[in-house]
Amino acid sequence: MAKQPKKKQEVETTGHEWDGIQEYNNPLPRWWLWVFYATIVWAIWYTIAYPAWPGIKDATSGYLGWSTRANVAQEIADADAANAAINERLASVELTSIAGDEELATYARSAGESIFMTWCAQCHGSGAAGAKGYPNLQDDAWLWGGTVEDIHYTVAHGIRNEDDPDARYSQMPAFGELLDEAQIEQVVNYVMSLSSTYEPQDASLVEAGQTVYLDNCAACHGDNGNGDIYQGAPNLTDAIWLYGGDYETVKHTVVNSRFGVMPPMGGAELSEAEIRAVTTYVHQLGGGE
Amino acid sequence: MAILDKHAILEKNITLLTIFAFLVVTIGGIVQIAPLFWLENTIEDVEGVRPYTPLELTGRDIYVREGCYVCHSQMIRPMRDEVERYGHYSLAAESQYDHPFQWGSKRTGPDLARVGGRYSDEWHVDHLRDPQTVVPESVMPKYGYLEDRMIEPTYIEDLLETHAFVGVPYSDEMIENAQADFNVQVDPFGDTDGLFERYGENVNVRNFDGQPGISEADALIAYLQMLGTLVDFSTFTPVASR
Repeated sequence: MAKQPKKKQEVETTGHEWDGIQEYNNPLPRWWLWVFYATIVWAIWYTIAYPAWPGIKDATSGYLGWSTRANVAQEIADADAANAAINERLASVELTSIAGDEELATYARSAGESIFMTWCAQCHGSGAAGAKGYPNLQDDAWLWGGTVEDIHYTVAHGIRNEDDPDARYSQMPAFGELLDEAQIEQVVNYVMSLSSTYEPQDASLVEAGQTVYLDNCAACHGDNGNGDIYQGAPNLTDAIWLYGGDYETVKHTVVNSRFGVMPPMGGAELSEAEIRAVTTYVHQLGGGE
Repeated sequence: MAILDKHAILEKNITLLTIFAFLVVTIGGIVQIAPLFWLENTIEDVEGVRPYTPLELTGRDIYVREGCYVCHSQMIRPMRDEVERYGHYSLAAESQYDHPFQWGSKRTGPDLARVGGRYSDEWHVDHLRDPQTVVPESVMPKYGYLEDRMIEPTYIEDLLETHAFVGVPYSDEMIENAQADFNVQVDPFGDTDGLFERYGENVNVRNFDGQPGISEADALIAYLQMLGTLVDFSTFTPVASR
């Protein structure tokens, strides 16, 4: 048997014995005991310093006056104050002059990207490439115009929403109720023949479709199918299809029409400076006019 | 100290230990929980918060059934990053009619406490049908079948009564008209006067999923579109000390 280490001081046992085994009754280590007492003292101080003890009507608010709500309000106010000067300049200069002002443009692009990721990316995609039914913002095709002013208006007021009376608005009729089956087939063929990607199957359908088109569609989409940004009418001659350019999808669009909605970002959601920042960001993505 | 030396008595007697441990836990629990029932600042009196309409309440049940709370919280904390992203921090009053509450504890998806009005109904339909078509990087499963599952307000009175039983102030009139209110909320051309009278003007009446009939998607979108929209923060300023 190995030699038992000698104890410095003889400690009493607990006094009982199991199968010849006795148990020392060692005191707690000093350092541990003092840390334990210190935590008790600290806990008492904490309940005095911070909101803690319940009373009849409300709880003690603590002598430090700490408040989560006040803190977050202060933090946001500080951030706003830090950007106040440049935000004010961004909101007051001519819209078209922002891109030419190095400092403003840099700030607006960077702030605009954050705003885009928070408010716009869910529909238009985090890279602004859009999705089916949600326009790509990087290309040259603009439903409602791609100048800075146009984008600014669209962001501020939205499209076809019920929340903003100044929202951009237009409504394509559902031609399923206005045209017969043959006419719809003709006009779909004609519309698809306008697009550079389409090879017409049946020239006679296309020819007949042109008459239907000029009578029903040209008022908004233009005689040549170039669209009209004042009515949000898409250009039908390019290869870009918001909802899809295959026969079935185009037919569905003609029969049922489409009604894409964009919520307004002005008012409660974003400030004028924030709208201008995200406008600048979108405008410089590649397609801005 | 003499009393501390008596500790060995508790340690050696299992019955005494149980009794005293129970006492300590009871006192701790009472001190923490009981004041919440009388302190005035536990729940702010906030204008605009109303019970859910029958359709929204049904949508909320679908939300719970599908386990949306596992990935989506409904609790915007008072921190700058959350307030800037999601909107005003959540108030206790805004979930006072939630049984059970949907605060959640995990955000795989974004917080939904103020998702109402943020996206169009069409977006919600597209997104529920196939989240990746609008958000390619999303890991959310598809919920397209909600559109195909038609629902009827067969047990809607019972549902409202149950919520009334646990304290939601549904009046007898609300419970009586629950079926009518349920059906009319998806019909903008219907007789909505009663619905507005009972639940206030802040009720969305639309065909939420854009197709005939009332589907589970209608109910769920009706619920999502009202989340966090009841309190008008342009006129309400929360007390800073709360």
